[in-house]
Amino acid sequence: TLAERTNLAGVRHILLVLSGKGGVGKSTLSTELALALRSAGKRVGVLDVDLCGPSIPRMLRVQDSAVHQCDSGWVPVFVGQDKAIALMSIGFLLERPDDAVVWRGPKKNALIKQFVTDVAWGDLDFLIVDTPPGTSDEHISTVEALRPHQLLGAILVTTPQ
Amino acid sequence: ECPGTGSAQAGRAAACQGCPNQGLCAAGAAGPDPAEAAELRARLRAVRHTVLVLSGKGGVGKSTFSALLAHGLAADETKQVALLDIDICGPSIPKMMGLEGEQVHQSGSGWSPVYVEENLGVMSVGFLLSSPDDAVIWRGPKKNGLIKQFLRDVDWGEVDYLIVDTPPGTSDEHLSIVQYLSATHIDGAVIVTTPQEVSLQDVRKEINFCRKVKLPIIGVVENMSGFVCPKCKNESQIFPPTTGGAEKMCQNLNVSFLGKVPLDPQIGKSCDRGQSFLAEAPESPATLSYRNIIQRIQEYCEQRRLQEEKIM
Repeated sequence: TLAERTNLAGVRHILLVLSGKGGVGKSTLSTELALALRSAGKRVGVLDVDLCGPSIPRMLRVQDSAVHQCDSGWVPVFVGQDKAIALMSIGFLLERPDDAVVWRGPKKNALIKQFVTDVAWGDLDFLIVDTPPGTSDEHISTVEALRPHQLLGAILVTTPQ
Repeated sequence: ECPGTGSAQAGRAAACQGCPNQGLCAAGAAGPDPAEAAELRARLRAVRHTVLVLSGKGGVGKSTFSALLAHGLAADETKQVALLDIDICGPSIPKMMGLEGEQVHQSGSGWSPVYVEENLGVMSVGFLLSSPDDAVIWRGPKKNGLIKQFLRDVDWGEVDYLIVDTPPGTSDEHLSIVQYLSATHIDGAVIVTTPQEVSLQDVRKEINFCRKVKLPIIGVVENMSGFVCPKCKNESQIFPPTTGGAEKMCQNLNVSFLGKVPLDPQIGKSCDRGQSFLAEAPESPATLSYRNIIQRIQEYCEQRRLQEEKIM
């Protein structure tokens, strides 16, 4: 579709941040990486596909933000000191932050596909995709949806044990 | 409004039109049908107490806690303990229990759990993998199928305590285990967290999940709560409780707070080596904390039993 071709067309590099394990620092690293790249003058976006435990909004201090729609899709929330990092997370779609997203795989897949294709990212040097732990629906769907685009590669995070 | 994947209207309500899950819900793949429920009830009839170990957050110590809870309960040789690991993507229990490389055996009465002690049996997808590095890249429905098999086909025998270790999140595995076990009864859930707000944020969701599916909450454990240096004995907060930690969250949400467990590097070492930390470091403050919490869980289960018997 036209939207699919344009929404990610302006993104130069897409990085996935993965681990098998939970709690090793994926979201922390994704956040710090985004801030560091921005400091270096790059145009940065962050896509948080952890549907059950979206941590990025709080880490970037925008947990109370709401998202809006425009003609080409969802408008990301702009964060950081100069409001120049574009962020999309399911955290923004929850009515109350303590609401559990209790969805089975197929429903998660549908939302992830939307996140990937329907966010109006604009021109970015880097899109960092933060993922939940595991190797399941979110990961399969994210990689499948991103494959036609400039998927640079994955950074794997672990702890020593 | 979604009628709920476990409801009788799942996949059939007007609101289901257009939902990508509709086919699955309508086909009943989202939950057990009555015949299956009966089968599960029969299989789990000899299980006296079931405790789920949950968190919203990954890496807080669910598997560590599950393993030590199992060891702690099995220290009483008169009790039969079963540990079921339904973390299909990241099964940690085989390594933590020193059972890596073990395979599952089939018998006439079903799959046999792998026994650590005579009174402590374990089941995990880890035992079904040919290599520990094999990735299990399954979507929800296939994971649900395996969980159902674990409950239906494993010959647990007579069990005093069934401990179920779960992956992080509130998704297929969690919905499935609650739905499949609703055929019998679950005493409740122990929720594990670490002190920082980024964890508590996810744990509040888990508490709401429990309430949504009417799963009683035995209480919350605050893990990695402080570190005492073995050299200078000073205490540091590695994960500072910037919003009051689990204790404050429990007060706010009217949930029982089971206790704090400090960080002890020996815990991670014991887990990597497949040994019981409680046995290897009996003098550690962490061991004392674990034992207190385990006792509270036992008391909770016994209380429930007494209450039920009174009602009957």
